[in-house]
Amino acid sequence: MQGNVKVNWLKIKLLSSYILPQLLLILVMLVMVILLSVTSPFFFTWDNLRNIFDHSSLYIILALGMTFVISSGGIDLSVGAVAALSGVCMAAAMQGGAGAGISILGGLIVGGLMGAANGTIISFLKINPFIVTLGVMSLSRGLALIITGGIPIYGFPRAFTWWGSGHIGPFNPPMLLAALLTLLAAVVLNMSRFGYYTLSLGGNEEALRRSGVSIHFYRILVYILCGVAAALGGLIVTARLNTAEPLAGWMLEMDSIAAVVLGGTSMKGGRGSIAGTVIACLLLGMLRNGLVVLSIPSYYQQLVIGIIILVAVIFAEVRSRKGLAGTNIKGGSTSQ
Amino acid sequence: MSKRCTLGKNPFIRLRNIKKSFGHVVALDGVDLDVYPGEVTALVGDNGAGKSTLIKIISGVLYPDEGELSLNGKTFRHLTPSRAIELGISTVYQDLALVDCRDVASNIFLGREPLKARFFVDKKRMNRESEELLRKLKVSIPSVTTPVEFLSGGQRQGVAVARSVKQQGKMIIFDEPTAAMGVGESDKILELIRRLGDEGFAVLIISHNLHHVFSISDRICVLRNGRLVKDFRTENTSPDEVVAFITGSNRHDEKSRKESTKA
Repeated sequence: MQGNVKVNWLKIKLLSSYILPQLLLILVMLVMVILLSVTSPFFFTWDNLRNIFDHSSLYIILALGMTFVISSGGIDLSVGAVAALSGVCMAAAMQGGAGAGISILGGLIVGGLMGAANGTIISFLKINPFIVTLGVMSLSRGLALIITGGIPIYGFPRAFTWWGSGHIGPFNPPMLLAALLTLLAAVVLNMSRFGYYTLSLGGNEEALRRSGVSIHFYRILVYILCGVAAALGGLIVTARLNTAEPLAGWMLEMDSIAAVVLGGTSMKGGRGSIAGTVIACLLLGMLRNGLVVLSIPSYYQQLVIGIIILVAVIFAEVRSRKGLAGTNIKGGSTSQ
Repeated sequence: MSKRCTLGKNPFIRLRNIKKSFGHVVALDGVDLDVYPGEVTALVGDNGAGKSTLIKIISGVLYPDEGELSLNGKTFRHLTPSRAIELGISTVYQDLALVDCRDVASNIFLGREPLKARFFVDKKRMNRESEELLRKLKVSIPSVTTPVEFLSGGQRQGVAVARSVKQQGKMIIFDEPTAAMGVGESDKILELIRRLGDEGFAVLIISHNLHHVFSISDRICVLRNGRLVKDFRTENTSPDEVVAFITGSNRHDEKSRKESTKA
């Protein structure tokens, strides 16, 4: 009987530890929606909500790739710079006379290659991902500046700019792309072998290696995925502005890491939540929008977002420490 | 308890003249070892005698500098983790090599998840087969969907054993299976190891606890300073004799060492 009680208690504990961060985020979001709707008549209108979704879609796409990397126990600081580089490559290709489709494909391949470079160096040379991706970030930014000569490239065919400012019913391509990728990412992370290995890689890569799985292959694949997601972000930014800026996507890596962590994915790896990441992106998007709607100066935006992230991370850390202290049965039996 | 089944049987794995050094430190200095199916072979020795190095070589984690391993009539210079698993060697490590944050079924099937529609992991099948396997092994675990981090030491060991069996293991290696475990739990694990031997697995176990070694093993091999100094049938020896060989306070041991250096 004691066993049964323990099982129930465990189940409740598990369920809450998996869903609690996301539930909390949704709660915070609801409070924010209500507050903003009361204070501003513009906030809760379809145009404004569409605006929020539209802006968030870029962050969502980058953060989805980042969710894979962080839950595999890594980090990728290069996504903002890779987004810029991919956008610049697409623009340069089109300037050189290539069609929109081929140029986009080329840009995505560039993103994948930068991801492959990250993954290969991190996995084979066992170098800290923080340092490696920092290097690739600077390298990508440098390449973007060299290719453009520091001057933005602008003026693209409609087939390209459609990806940023086209219309599909009441929606636009970035929103639909974000929605589609969210669905895909959730299925892949939670139901595919690749997803299983991504999480196990973050949980205990030695266990995975000793089970005969090629950890190099899967880790590199994770970083390639993140690189391609960054390139898709580059496509959206470039198409939306009809301009390829070598300095586009500045600090985008910080925004996506923040969203992933806020969404309940463990920085230690092993646990990742696609739903949490998307909710967190929407929450941050709503926050930015809300501060604008309330005409609060943009300097305060950075401040408020910083505070929210710190509070969320501290909250998650305290909770996970408590959880460990309360449930680690192994710790009890090693003492004798 | 122990069955005399070595005679007339081929060993599952045969190690010959295995040598391994780490820089200037000689960990293994020409070890010969046979492990037979249906037997529990215990590897004992002091700290630094080379036990862990030896099992890491058998499981393909480390490559020997010299010597060879033969299985099924094939001879190898070294194995890799995936090759060892293919050949039916699986290891239950001291640190257990479980992914703490993943559930029991995912750990048991780690590296060999069944698929449906060529893409989706067949979670239902994993859960069902894990439950069946754990029941067969008499390992009691509240639920196969519990993350491993919430389990006790004995239960974790049970999960690790189930994974070895699931990997089509014919030989299962245990590295200090009862370390950090209460009395009741270690008894259960010892029972499980003995049962694996009786069911025909070739079992190799490293343990510091001679009481445990004597209660479950068929053979005891003593390693000292990187050499296999003695190979006993468990029923023909006593703990005192084994200790004498482990510590090197035995004259026979000195003699055999001199002989082997001559040869």
